[in-house]
Amino acid sequence: MNYSHFILPFSIGAIILFVIIIVKFTKWFRLLDRKQKYFIKRNIFTTKTISATIEAFREALIHRNIYKKNPLLGYMHMSLAFGWFLLIVVGKIEASVYSGTFFEEPWLAIFFKYFAREPHNFWGAKFFTFTMDFLLLIILSGLALAIIKRFRSKILGLKKATKHIIYDKIALSALWLIFPLRLLAESSTAALVQNGGFLTGGLGSLFPQQFAQAIELPLWWAYSISLFVFFVSLPFSRYMHIPTEVALIFLRKWGATEGEQYSGLTNFEINSCSRCGICIDACQLNFSANINNVQSVYFIRDTRYNKISDLVANNCLLCGRCTEACPVGLELTQIRQQLRTKTEVPGKHYYDYCKVEPTKNKTDVIYFAGCMTHLTPSIILAMKNIFSAANEKVWFMDEEKGICCGRPRRQQGFVQQSKDLVSKNTKLISSSGAKLLVSSCPICCKSFKEEYALDIEIMHHSEYIKMLIDEKRIKLNKSELNIVFHDPCELGRGLNIYKQPRQVLSKVGKLVNTEFDEKDSLCCGGSLANTIIELDSQLKIRDDVLQILAKDNPDVLATACPLCKKTFTRNYKGKVMDIAEIVSNFLSLQNNSKKEGKKEEEKILISQ
Amino acid sequence: MKNWGFKIAKPRIIDLDTANTKAFEELCEKVPSAKRCIMCGACTATCSAANHTSFNFRKCNIMFRRGQFEGLAEELDKCMLCGKCKLVCPRAVNTRAFIYNMRIFLNDLNYKNIK
Ligand code: SF4
Ligand code: SF4
Ligand code: SF4
Ligand code: SF4
Repeated sequence: MNYSHFILPFSIGAIILFVIIIVKFTKWFRLLDRKQKYFIKRNIFTTKTISATIEAFREALIHRNIYKKNPLLGYMHMSLAFGWFLLIVVGKIEASVYSGTFFEEPWLAIFFKYFAREPHNFWGAKFFTFTMDFLLLIILSGLALAIIKRFRSKILGLKKATKHIIYDKIALSALWLIFPLRLLAESSTAALVQNGGFLTGGLGSLFPQQFAQAIELPLWWAYSISLFVFFVSLPFSRYMHIPTEVALIFLRKWGATEGEQYSGLTNFEINSCSRCGICIDACQLNFSANINNVQSVYFIRDTRYNKISDLVANNCLLCGRCTEACPVGLELTQIRQQLRTKTEVPGKHYYDYCKVEPTKNKTDVIYFAGCMTHLTPSIILAMKNIFSAANEKVWFMDEEKGICCGRPRRQQGFVQQSKDLVSKNTKLISSSGAKLLVSSCPICCKSFKEEYALDIEIMHHSEYIKMLIDEKRIKLNKSELNIVFHDPCELGRGLNIYKQPRQVLSKVGKLVNTEFDEKDSLCCGGSLANTIIELDSQLKIRDDVLQILAKDNPDVLATACPLCKKTFTRNYKGKVMDIAEIVSNFLSLQNNSKKEGKKEEEKILISQ
Repeated sequence: MKNWGFKIAKPRIIDLDTANTKAFEELCEKVPSAKRCIMCGACTATCSAANHTSFNFRKCNIMFRRGQFEGLAEELDKCMLCGKCKLVCPRAVNTRAFIYNMRIFLNDLNYKNIK
C-alpha cells in the first residue's frame, strides 16, 4: 500500500471538513420555510437540476460573473478554483491509471509524486506530468495575484479590500502555503527520482541531491499539514462559500427565494458570500460618506457570526447597488430587511383609528399620490393637469386622509404593522372597483406591486404617461431642452422601470446620458430606509450625486420620485423637476397651439 | 350624582427626583439628533397619522424626556413611519429612528433576529 504517516493530517482534515459541511447543510435545510421546501420538492427531479449543474460549474468554478465585472479578478478566482478542481480531477485520473484501478487509496492523487517514485512510463504519463505541472503553474499565478490584491488592491481594480477576521486569516495563510509547498515538495522528489515535469523537474534540478533528501519528507509533511489547517478552518472562514455557493445555486434553480422572514435559505446565502468586497466599492456610504463598517460584506459577515448589531443592520439605504453588483447574486437588501424584522403580537391591530369607509367614487382609475408626494404639491398639480388633458376620470384616493402604503414600516421590519396598513388600503381600493392605480411615488408603487394582492393594474406615473402618449391621449411639444434623468432606486433597480421615463422625456427634449445610468444609477441619499445615517453624511452623498448628474449642465434635472426631487432641490442651482411636471409643462393643448419656440418654454419652466 | 359637566383632572405632577430621565440619554446614544429638537411642532403639523387621530410626535417626545411612559407605547404605535415629519423638520431630527427606538425601549417589541 502507498502509505506514509504524512498523509494523516490531510485525511483527518478532509473527514472533519465533510462531516461539518454535512451537519451544517442538514441544519439549514431543515430551517427552509414551507414555500421553499415545496418548490424544491416540485423541481428536484426536473431538467432544472441539470441546468443548475451547468450553472454551478460556470459560477463556482469559472466565476463567470466576477470575470464579467473585472477580468483580472475573475482570472484570479478562476485559476484558483478551476485550477484546483482540475488538479484534483486530473490527479485522480492519473493516480487511477497509474495504479490500474479506480479504487486506489484516496490520498494517492494528492501525494502522487511521492509514491510514484519509479520513472513514469505508464500510459499517458508524459501528458499527465505536463498537465499537472501546467495546472500548478496556473494556480500559482492566481495565487500571486491574490497576494498582490491583499496588499495592493488597486492593481486589481478594487478600491477597498475586505478586512478579515481571524478564521479568514488562518485559512488564507494555509491556502497561500498549500501550492508553493506542493511545488517544493514535488520538486524535491523530482530531484531525487526524476519524475517531475517542466516545472517541478526544472526546479528540482536546481536542488543538490543531499539537500533534496533532507527536505523531501518535511516538505510533504508541511504540505499535508497546510491542507489540514485549510480544511479544518474552511467551514468557519469565508471559504465556506465554496461548498455553500454550489448548494445555493441548486436551491435557487429549484425555485427557492428569500421570503420576508429569516430562513434556512438565508443561512445558505450568508455563507455563500466570498467576501470578495465588490459590494464595498458599489456602496455610496463608502465612497461618498466614508462609512466603512456597514456594507453588505460586513453586514453578512456579522450576521453569519451572530455579531450583528442594530446599528449595522439599519445603516443602509436599501438602494440595491450592492445587490446589483454582487457576483454571487445574493439578495442583500432582502436579507437586510429580514434582520430588521421585529417581534409580533398575535392578533394586535395598530391602525384602527383610520376609519375605512367604502368609497362612493366609482372610477376606472385611482390616483394615489403617496405621503412624500404631498410634500411636493407641484407634482400633484402636474398630475391633475395631465389627467384632465387626457380626459381621465380619476379618484384621488389620498387627497384628504391618506394612509401610508406600508412600505416604510416594512423596510424597518415592522411586518405586522405594515400588513395592517396594507389591509386598510386594500379595502379602500377594492371598494372603488377601479382597474388601474397610478402612483407618483416609486416607494408606494413597489409596495402596491409586491406586497398587495391587488387584481388591478399598478402603474407609476411615468408608465402611465407613457401609455397616454402611446394611446395618443395626450400630445407633447418637443423642445431643445437638455434633460438628465436620475433613476430613483425603487423605480429602477426596485421595479426594473428604466425605459418608460426615458421614452417620455425624449418626447419633450434631448436626453443626456450620465456616468451612472439605469442599473448603475446612484441613490440621491434621501432614502428613508436608513435610520442611522446623520445629516452631514446624507448631504455628502447628495452632493456627490449632483456633481455627477450636473456635469454637463443640463437644462433640467429630471427624476421620477418626490423624495429624490426634494433631496436634490435643496442644493441644486438648476431646475429639478419630476417627469410629471415636465410633461405637464409641455402638454400641447389642441385649442391653444401657439406655445412654440424656446423662449416660451423657458418662461413656462421658470414660472413653475 | 348630578353631572355638572366638570371633571377632576388627575394630578399631573412630574416628580423630577423620581422621573426616569436616563431613558432619553440612552436614546440619544442611538439617535444623537434627538437632542436637536426645538419642539417647533412642524412634524406634528404634517403628520399622516395626526391627520386621522390625535397622535402627536412632539408630545410623545416630551413625555419620553420626562419619563412619563404611561400610555406612550400605544401612542407611538399609531405612527406609520411614513417619513413626512423627517422631511419637514427644520432641525433634521431623525424622527423615525427616534420613534421606533422609543417604542423598542418601552416594552414587548424588539428585534427578532438581533440580540
Ligand atoms: S455580498 Fe456579494 S459582492 Fe459583497 S463580498 Fe459578498 S459575494 Fe462579494
Ligand atoms: S443597499 Fe446601498 S447603502 Fe445598503 S449596503 Fe448596499 S450599496 Fe450600501
Ligand atoms: S419638526 Fe423637528 S425640531 Fe420641530 S418638533 Fe418636530 S422633531 Fe422637533
Ligand atoms: S413618520 Fe410617523 S410621526 Fe412622522 S409624519 Fe409619518 S406618521 Fe407622522
